Amino acid sequence: MSTLDRSDVARLAALARIDMTDADLDRLSGQLDVILDAVAKVAEVAGEDVPATSHPIPMANVHREDVVRPSLAQEAALSGAPDAQDGRFRVPQILGEEA
Amino acid sequence: MTTMTYEQAMEEFDPVFGIEVHVELNTKTKMFCGCANEFGAEPNTQVCPVCLGLPGAMPVTNEKAVESAIRLGLSLGCSIRESSRFARKNYFYPDLSKDYQISQYDEPTCYEGALDVVLDDGTVVTVGIERAHIEEDAGKNTHVGGSGGIQGADYSLVDYNRGGVPLVEIVTKPITGMGDRTAEVARAYVATIRDIVRALGISDGRMEQGSVRADVNLSLRPKAVAGESQDDIPFGKRSETKNVNSLRAVERAVRYEAARQAVLLLNGEPVIQETRHWHEDTSSTTPGRSKEEAEDYRYFPEPDLLPVEPSREWVEELRATLPEHPAKMRARLREEWGFSDLEMRDAVAADALVLIADTVAAGAAPQAARKWWMGELSRVANDREVELGSLPVTPAAVAELQGLVDSGRINDKLARQVLEGVLAGEGSPAEVVAARGLEVVSDDSALEAAVDEALASQPEVLDKIRDGKVQAAGAIVGAVMKATKGQADAGRVREIILQRAGVEG
Repeated sequence: MSTLDRSDVARLAALARIDMTDADLDRLSGQLDVILDAVAKVAEVAGEDVPATSHPIPMANVHREDVVRPSLAQEAALSGAPDAQDGRFRVPQILGEEA
Repeated sequence: MTTMTYEQAMEEFDPVFGIEVHVELNTKTKMFCGCANEFGAEPNTQVCPVCLGLPGAMPVTNEKAVESAIRLGLSLGCSIRESSRFARKNYFYPDLSKDYQISQYDEPTCYEGALDVVLDDGTVVTVGIERAHIEEDAGKNTHVGGSGGIQGADYSLVDYNRGGVPLVEIVTKPITGMGDRTAEVARAYVATIRDIVRALGISDGRMEQGSVRADVNLSLRPKAVAGESQDDIPFGKRSETKNVNSLRAVERAVRYEAARQAVLLLNGEPVIQETRHWHEDTSSTTPGRSKEEAEDYRYFPEPDLLPVEPSREWVEELRATLPEHPAKMRARLREEWGFSDLEMRDAVAADALVLIADTVAAGAAPQAARKWWMGELSRVANDREVELGSLPVTPAAVAELQGLVDSGRINDKLARQVLEGVLAGEGSPAEVVAARGLEVVSDDSALEAAVDEALASQPEVLDKIRDGKVQAAGAIVGAVMKATKGQADAGRVREIILQRAGVEG
C-alpha cells in the first residue's frame, strides 16, 4: 500500500511550482493516494516475467534524417512571448540560482 | 590555517574525482527537430515549435546524432545497449523551453567503458566510463543589469537557438589513486575526449565555444595509515564544479578545489556537497545551489519518443569506422615527423599536436610547423593567457607563412612581423606581406646602394676585409639590415660587400 502524506504532496507541489493552500493539500493527499493504490494493484498482478513497460506500442527506431527544415522567423518565434527584447525572450530576474 | 597549496593538500589527503564531459555534436540539425545546429546565428532564428516547447509539438530522434553517440561510445570502450530510451528530466529554468530536458536516465545508449589516457611523460591511466548518454542542450541566457552576472541582474534574455542541439554526456566512474597527479590526469582525460570527438568528426571539439564542456567532481578522504587499505576508506563529500571550459581550467579547477577542501577539512569544517561555479578570471570557484534541496528531477520515460534499438550489425559497421585512438596516433606521428621524445611531449603538453598535424597537412615541414607553434605562437598564447588553438591564426596560414620563408620571399625576422599582422587580423600572410611591404629586398641595385651608403660612413671596413678580417663585413651587414628594416637578404648583402672589397666569398 502506498502512502502519500501531506508533506510529500507539499514537496511535489513546490517542485512543480504549484501554489497550494492548506485545504488543497489536505484534499489532494487523499486523492493522490487513491490513484497510487490503483497503480499498486497493477504491480500486484504483474509477475516477475512482465517487464516494466514505458512504451505500450512495440515499436522502436523511428528516426529522422539529419536534414535541415525551415525554422520559424524570429518575429513568429517571439510572437507568443509575454515580453521580448533584442530578438530574445525577456524573462524576469532569475533568483537564487546561477547560470 | 587559511590557505594551502595543491601539493600540500595532496600530501595530507587522498583525492577522488570524476568528470562529466558534455560534447555538442556537429550534426546539421538538432536532436529532435529539423532546425539548423549552427553556432552564431541571429537569436531565435533556429527555432521551431518542437525546440520552443510549444504545445502539441512532437520530437523525433535525429538518426545521425544516434550514430555519432554510438561511435563515441564505442571509442570509449562502451557497450551499446540493445534497447535504450529517453527520459524527461524535470526542472525549471528559463533556458529550458519545455521545463524538462529530454535526456537518458536508467537506460543510456552507451555504458560501462574504459579509456586509456596517456599523460605527458607517457604514463597510461585507464579511466572507467560509467555511461555516455544522449540529451539535448539548453538555450542561452543573457543577464541584463547589475554586474552582468545573474546575481543582481534586473532581468534575463533567452535565445533558444542552442536549445535542442544534440549532446552526449560522458560520465566517468570515480577515479582514485592518482594522488598529486590528479589535476594532470583530469586535464589529460578531457584532452583525450576532445581529441577523440575531433578524430571521429562528430564535434568541433572547441572548448572555447562550449562544444566540449566539463564538470569536475572532487572529494578528499584521509590517507590510509599503516595496516589500512585506502579502498576501505569511504569517499568524502564532493563538490561539482561547473562550466570548466578549457583544458587549463580543468587542471586549475582540480587544484583549487583540492586546496580549498583540504583547508576546510584540516580546520575541522565540513565540505558541503554542492555545485560550484568556475571563474576563469580569478581561477577560483564559488558556491552555486546546494545539491540536496534542488536536485529532484523526477525523471520518467519520455512518452513522445520510441526506444532506440540499434541492430548489432549496425553497431559492428560503426565500429569498423572508428579512427585511430589518440595515443596510437601520437606514436605514429612521432615516427612520421621524427620528433624527439621531448619535442613530442612538449607539443602534447601545449596541446599543439593537431595544430602541427594540420599545418603539416597544409604543406609545411614537420619541424618548421613545430617551431612556429611551440615558439612564437606559444609565446603569444602565453602572453595573452589563451590556449594555442584559440589564437586567431589557422594551421593553413602558418603553413603559408612558412612557404613564404622557404621561397625566400621573407626571412625569419620578417616572418615574425607577418605573423604579428596575421594575429592582428590583417589578413593572410601573403596579404600582410603585401600590405606592410615586408618582402625581402634581394633586388641588387637597391642592396648595392644600401651597402655603398654604409661603406661611406665606415670605409675602414674594406681594408680590414682585404687584410683577411672577413668578419668585419658584419658591421656593414648590420647597418644595411637596419637601414632596410630587416628586409635585406643578408646573404646577398654579404656577397656585395665582399665584391666591393675585391675578395671572393
